[in-house]
Amino acid sequence: MSSVAAAAVNERRLTIARAMAESIAQEMRIDPRVFVMGEDVGPLGGVFGNTRGLFDEFGAERVRDTPISETAFMGAAVGAASDGMRPIVELMFVDFFGVCFDAIYNSMAKNTYFSGGTVKVPVVLMTSTGGGYSDAGQHSQCLYGTFAHLPGMKVVAPSNAYDAKGLMTTAIRDENPVIYMYHKGLQGMGWLGTEPAATVNVPEESYTIPFGKAAIVREGKDVTIVGVAMGVHNALKAAEKLATQGVSAEVVDLRTLVPLDRETVFASVAKTGKLIVVDEDYQSYGMTGEIIASIVERDLSVLKAAPQRVAYPDIPIPFTRPMEQFALPNPEKIIEAYEKMKGRRGWRWM
Amino acid sequence: MLPTRDQKVWMYETMLVSRYFEETIEAIYLEGKKPVFNMAKGPIPGEMHLSNGQEPCAVGVCAHLTPKDVVTSTHRPHHVAIAKGVDLKRMAAEIFGKKTGLSGGRGGHMHIFDPDVNFSCSGIIGQGMGPAVGAALSRKLQGKEGVAVAYIGEGAANQGAFHEALNLAAVWKLPVIFVVEDNAWGISVAKATSTAVPNNAMRAQAYGMPGHLIPGNDPIAIYSAAGEAIARARSGGGPTLLDIETDRLAGHFMGDAEAYRPKGELDALRARDPIPALARRLQAEDGLSDDDNGAIMARARGRVDEAIKFARESDYPAPEEALDKVFA
Ligand SMILES: Cc1ncc(C[n+]2csc(CCOP(=O)(O)OP(=O)(O)O)c2C)c(N)n1
Repeated sequence: MSSVAAAAVNERRLTIARAMAESIAQEMRIDPRVFVMGEDVGPLGGVFGNTRGLFDEFGAERVRDTPISETAFMGAAVGAASDGMRPIVELMFVDFFGVCFDAIYNSMAKNTYFSGGTVKVPVVLMTSTGGGYSDAGQHSQCLYGTFAHLPGMKVVAPSNAYDAKGLMTTAIRDENPVIYMYHKGLQGMGWLGTEPAATVNVPEESYTIPFGKAAIVREGKDVTIVGVAMGVHNALKAAEKLATQGVSAEVVDLRTLVPLDRETVFASVAKTGKLIVVDEDYQSYGMTGEIIASIVERDLSVLKAAPQRVAYPDIPIPFTRPMEQFALPNPEKIIEAYEKMKGRRGWRWM
Repeated sequence: MLPTRDQKVWMYETMLVSRYFEETIEAIYLEGKKPVFNMAKGPIPGEMHLSNGQEPCAVGVCAHLTPKDVVTSTHRPHHVAIAKGVDLKRMAAEIFGKKTGLSGGRGGHMHIFDPDVNFSCSGIIGQGMGPAVGAALSRKLQGKEGVAVAYIGEGAANQGAFHEALNLAAVWKLPVIFVVEDNAWGISVAKATSTAVPNNAMRAQAYGMPGHLIPGNDPIAIYSAAGEAIARARSGGGPTLLDIETDRLAGHFMGDAEAYRPKGELDALRARDPIPALARRLQAEDGLSDDDNGAIMARARGRVDEAIKFARESDYPAPEEALDKVFA
């Protein structure tokens, strides 16, 4: 390959949807145990585009449209995985977890432990998250905390297509259940509106990204902003604005909530002394509290100000645009959170 | 049981209101979404599931109901809401996300609640069924009159909730009617590839209740079958399942390219549109004159225009109101 051609390949930009589908296809080519099932994942290619092309390449046997029977097919994923297959199962919106939660919460995530490690459940549960486009409270939730709270399940939430591909490959090869939560607003589907910064260069060859390794997506020294998925983009936009005010913000993309890279977050906060955690999931009992606790438990003295959180208020997600936009985290709220910390005293002066 | 001329006219007019409503919503939904279609934009953002073609299911059943009876519906709720007598102005305002909407803009098109006429719906497939059974149970326990009707799509009949609700209603002999609107598609998945039996009426037998298959998308046939089922429920005879074959003349939701439909299917469905079909019948069998027809159409149009005007002119709620109403 000429160097010009190589550069062109390196510059191939993919949406998260395409990056997910590419990873799945590559794994399906090398591992006959991998198959996909879910609603509209076949000829339609997934409502959010993440199985596009798979049906044409692998056929109806390995890319299976299911009835609207989440209780059954989520349970079936558990059973097939324990019997030697590697199912990738799609729950169209994470909000639909209710009709299949037993299979997830009481079987998929627990059977390895219950069996003393003799039973493996290598399922990838892909599901869409997030709002911002007025789809109301049964189609816009993130629910990261709901799944991360549950022992026995790994939780992935990519913010860009490069990570999306590598994390998907890792998820498929993992011996454990992994919930892969992709944000609708990052998917690259124009009809949902999409964050352009999520569409990035993605190598064609297969690669993995280890779980539990956060990425420092912007370096800084004055404040650490931590998030996942859409939260990372909000953080980056806030960091951009803060830079114009002479504030240097470091942005940490957790990439996986379980396992959680507490080290990287701690090291960053130890450097900056200030922490803002951004989350589109409900505020109480969630990720924001967990991240802050992991600093506070370890060494309160690194904090120069009380940590702040910018999360979804504890309300069901409203339909109407003014209410939903009011409730969603955004860069302005992150900047306000930073402003609040300026006047406050942290541990060092207490 | 056959409808009187007045009942037929009511069904016709209500179907027209529903269709005009959907057509108007469709046009307004596309405002701000061209040339680039983005669900978040325009005066009506979010998902939009239109009910064009399914009006007979709404009117044939609701013709037998009073405001006291309970109806639960689905993500595709407008036709049923209209036939049940939901306040059209406040429903339109809700769909626009306005302060004057039924829920002050919190619910939107998939979460229409009008307790004045005992109507509600849910965007989660199959999840109106349990609540309908519960409403029927409550009527029985309180000795209050009224039946409950649960609408679902044929796709929802593969949900666990469907099977559990049927059994529960039957074992407790509750006054519930389960209405399956079989439009042959669950998004892109054809009924035949998702459902192990040729029709859902058959499934009623497994739960010890009558199941009636009603082909033809014909409001009068639906009226007859529903009349018997509802009378049976009212007199303590227990639940019935009505499996209605109907047509979805629109996409699953607005923006659906419908590439999964076989070629020519949509044209064939449009050619058998149930609304002109009923108009022809009324003209042939009930002496509906062109003048009568014109007056009915004008009335229906007028109601829709008034509702849409109300919705358009209403204010948005204050953003902070998002924090209210989490608890009663
Ligand atoms: C529990 C659950 N699973 C999946 C969905 C996504 N979904 C919305 S509508 C739909 C198809 C429903 O088909 P059907 O019940 O036949 O009703 P129709 O849309 O044809 O009116 C699906 C799968 C959902 N809303 N809830």
